[in-house]
Amino acid sequence: MFLRVLPLLRARLIRLRTDSPKTCQPGDLTLVLPSHSPLVELARTVGAGTAANFADQVDADARFPHEAVTQLRAHRLLSCYVPQSLGGHGASLNELAFMCEELGKHCSATAMVFAMHQIQVACLVHHCHDDRHLKAYLAQLTQNQHLIGSVTSEVGVGGDMRSSVCAVDVNGDEFTLNKNSTTSSYGAQADDLLVTARTSPTAPSSDQSLVLLAKGQFTMEQTGNWNPMGMRGTGSAPFKLTGKGLTSQIMSTPFATISARTMVPVSHLLWAATWVGNAVASMTRVKSFIKQQARSNPGSLPPTALRMAELAPSIQLLRTSYRYLLTEYESINADPTRYDELSTIGYAVRMNNLKLSGSQLIVDIANKALQICGVAGYKNDSKFAMGRILRDAHAAALMVGNDRILNSNANMLMILKGD
Amino acid sequence: MQDKIRKILKDHGRLAVDANSLAETTDLYQSGMTSHASVNVMLALEGEFDVEFPDHMLKRSVFESIASITSAINQIKN
Repeated sequence: MFLRVLPLLRARLIRLRTDSPKTCQPGDLTLVLPSHSPLVELARTVGAGTAANFADQVDADARFPHEAVTQLRAHRLLSCYVPQSLGGHGASLNELAFMCEELGKHCSATAMVFAMHQIQVACLVHHCHDDRHLKAYLAQLTQNQHLIGSVTSEVGVGGDMRSSVCAVDVNGDEFTLNKNSTTSSYGAQADDLLVTARTSPTAPSSDQSLVLLAKGQFTMEQTGNWNPMGMRGTGSAPFKLTGKGLTSQIMSTPFATISARTMVPVSHLLWAATWVGNAVASMTRVKSFIKQQARSNPGSLPPTALRMAELAPSIQLLRTSYRYLLTEYESINADPTRYDELSTIGYAVRMNNLKLSGSQLIVDIANKALQICGVAGYKNDSKFAMGRILRDAHAAALMVGNDRILNSNANMLMILKGD
Repeated sequence: MQDKIRKILKDHGRLAVDANSLAETTDLYQSGMTSHASVNVMLALEGEFDVEFPDHMLKRSVFESIASITSAINQIKN
């Protein structure tokens, strides 16, 4: 059935994207609610289909979700955030978030790989300015559907993304770059990479550039195992990177700016969206479980139904907290005169709060969902199995450790006057 | 004022270079000041000059150089 529907969705997408605004009819939900956008519908299809079908296998084998990512590529969703002027769909961040939710409902690893890739795309889209090399790269992305990995972690910096040991070593119009990462998600599957490094071998650790390495310009040697508790499909092992490229691949915007304006806020927003997907997955199992209980004893409310009702506000809280900040972000990002607001301490604290509260909420939700389903949720071979969801949920507080973020916020709150 | 700012940068900025050797417009972040260190610089500046930076001024561009810090303090004082 999906095969018959997908060409229609794509045709609708092309029609919508090329229509001028005046042809849009009032009340057309596709233009008002991103959840009804054709891009989100495609993500919903991939999520409920391929991603769902292989989620348990990906988790059991701790392997990359090849099947789902192949589908995302087939629908050209890896370049959906690339502006239409460069051949992409020109998706909004709001649409990306809804897509993450849809994928997260079925396979957290697929959703997180998609989210992390789009974070890299957003860094390139927001900061390529008039650089013809980077623009050409984004235009190519719409054709080759390359998966972009991120290499920000490094041995020796204690988990601080804003600090690098490695440096870009420029010689003429070429550079070399070697880096030992502690975790590089899907490092073995990434076609291209965005890597943080000091701007030169003599630069201080905080003076960083973001460097693009394209397929064929680097090798990634895995230096450790990947057999974690959850998010097993992300393949976030340590790697030794050896790369060489042209100086035109070093982004001209300092990484400090890219980090504050795009990488950190977009990461926290899209991660939160994947957690909402994960939370919805646990609620879906809970509802199905309660419904089964209700059917076995018609006319009376199952005793755990109240626990289900208690769970719903938590999911709503998680969803509305990130969407509020997403709306704010999109509003600022659309107005160059307001970019400075993204580098304020107040904004950084708010974004960090989203990561802190969201990562705690998702564990709380998944844990309560397990309690409601009881033994049926505890069994791995049950249709109410909560194991994978709960294990995946625990990654939220660890990917960029919450203590690191608390430390940062504690520091910033000392100087911040407002809340 | 600039001597006091340089002293604060020397004590709290964790710069990779001598604060006395910095030009007024040298980028402090490129000179090694981290976000964490910049907060300590802000706290010390508030104490030294008896000012309070309003939240909208607590941003990277205000603390990126000795010149921008000087301008911000003058703006608050006036």
